Amino acid sequence: MHKKLNILFLCIIIGFSCSVDPEIKPVLPVDNIRQVVPEGWPAPVYAFENNPLSEDGFALGRALFYEKMLSRDNTISCGSCHQQFVAFAHSEHKFSHGIDGLLGNRNAPGLFNLNWNTSFMWDGGINHIEVQPLGPISNPVEMDSDLNAVISKLSSSNKYRQLFLRAFGTDSINSQRILFAIAQFQGMLYSYNSKYDYYKRGETGGEMNAQELSGYNLFVQKCNSCHKEPLFTDYAFRNNGLSMNSILQDTGRAHITGSAIDRFKFKTPSLRNIALTAPYMHDGRFNTLDEVLEHYNSGIVNYGTLDTGLQNGIVLSLQEREDLKAFLNTLTDYKFLNDERFREPN
Amino acid sequence: MYKYKLYTCLFGLLLLASCKRDVEMPNDIIEKTSSTVSIKLNNMFDSLNLQLDSVSYVLDNGEKIKINTYKYYLSNIKLIASDSSVYEELNSYHLINESSALSKSFTLSNVPFNNYTSIQFMIGVDSLHNVSGSQSGDLSPNYGMFWTWNTGYIQTKLEGYSQQSGASDKSVAFHIGGFKGINNALKTVKPSFNGAIAIVSKTSQPVININCNVKEWFINPSSISFSSVYSVSSVNATSKLLADNYADMFTIKSIQN
Repeated sequence: MHKKLNILFLCIIIGFSCSVDPEIKPVLPVDNIRQVVPEGWPAPVYAFENNPLSEDGFALGRALFYEKMLSRDNTISCGSCHQQFVAFAHSEHKFSHGIDGLLGNRNAPGLFNLNWNTSFMWDGGINHIEVQPLGPISNPVEMDSDLNAVISKLSSSNKYRQLFLRAFGTDSINSQRILFAIAQFQGMLYSYNSKYDYYKRGETGGEMNAQELSGYNLFVQKCNSCHKEPLFTDYAFRNNGLSMNSILQDTGRAHITGSAIDRFKFKTPSLRNIALTAPYMHDGRFNTLDEVLEHYNSGIVNYGTLDTGLQNGIVLSLQEREDLKAFLNTLTDYKFLNDERFREPN
Repeated sequence: MYKYKLYTCLFGLLLLASCKRDVEMPNDIIEKTSSTVSIKLNNMFDSLNLQLDSVSYVLDNGEKIKINTYKYYLSNIKLIASDSSVYEELNSYHLINESSALSKSFTLSNVPFNNYTSIQFMIGVDSLHNVSGSQSGDLSPNYGMFWTWNTGYIQTKLEGYSQQSGASDKSVAFHIGGFKGINNALKTVKPSFNGAIAIVSKTSQPVININCNVKEWFINPSSISFSSVYSVSSVNATSKLLADNYADMFTIKSIQN
């Protein structure tokens, strides 16, 4: 039976590939590049509508994600500041150093489940996953490059002309194809296999101990209104009571909307993989989860746009903090961190 | 065994089906019912053809400006016929760049035979295409007409120098965008044909010559002084004010049938 199906598949694949480009080797159907909507999750905002996922599109996007030619002087790739072993955040970096050693002013967030994002960046200034890479590529303290330079460098590379040919049926490289491919890679960064997820799905490996369960209860009571399950964020912009850094004077969302009511608001980050994505907050001011919890417990300042849910902070006993941290540790997705599909290609 | 033969047949059929070319109908047996309309843009400063980098133009308030970059998007072009039927160009996005002669004329295709009495278009890129991800053609984000930190198209861009500029290097730079909210800069305009008719028929492929008077950016309803308004690079009340000013910069120069 399997043999028959295989032959049938081969026929279909050859049939399809013929109309695209007879020179391209047919790719056998493999199941590991496909859209995922985990059980109980909402429909994603981005479903690759105009950008059909493919093994070759993903492979190109993966190569581009780790490609230093995206930066002006060929020194920085997306992967330079988004490392898989810390869920694609930047390990131990408050701010990342971009081109010429220049520092940015916001902490590099982890990258996962991006298809559910309603906007991108801490201030939500970027409105679509496909155009997100344009931010870091053009930012003078990140890659300081521009698309025309990137197109011209990639076009002079045989490797990339081959990869584009396989992914799009043409070796003509343009901005849309570059951005489509990176969106395929970034969109595929699904993280839904933490201990918490196993627990929710009743699967092996999801056995939570008493402390973790106590932490989960606390989380539901005190954190869940903003860090909403199952994505552990509501994607809203909120002022969580951080004192303003007088040097950076970062007003967050107001920088985008120009509106006073948005001053000091930043997008609620997901708590998935939170144990690994230190330092915390938009400016990486806290090195540990203890410091974060202490901030909510006693460090809230109010500049007038403070979130209504935080007017009295979040009071937590020392024991409660330990329990909460135990729960937060169950949000680490080791399968994601070790997924070979997302590694830097050789 | 016969099953494998079946699959071989299926394989062959699929190969054939996928490789089949569309059969083309010979042109002469299809009666043509549509033709083309050419659009030509002439960027001006009042009655003078705009010259980049060389001429200093004088505004009514006496201030002078030398322009070195002038680019804008036109989109969603429609032609309205005397019988009220409407032609809408498909994928209607055109980036006009004063320094590229090629960009200043383009052709509308498959325009049904009819007598057209007016034209309508948008200055800028409609809101949908500001929020729909990676685009191609004139909407590619690599023409210096896309904001990457607060994503959206720069609908119009005018840069140059003025001795009256408040900037230390005397530059002026106006990047106008914004596709929603109170400072939405999108303008849908309908410059009058003044009674003329663009006749699209078997024998007539009209050319619509459109003037774009740059001076309109700075004179009314708001008079602009470069001493205070010399740099706009985000969406705010000033970008809106300039868009309100330039909304009437297009006029029909002539229609050749």
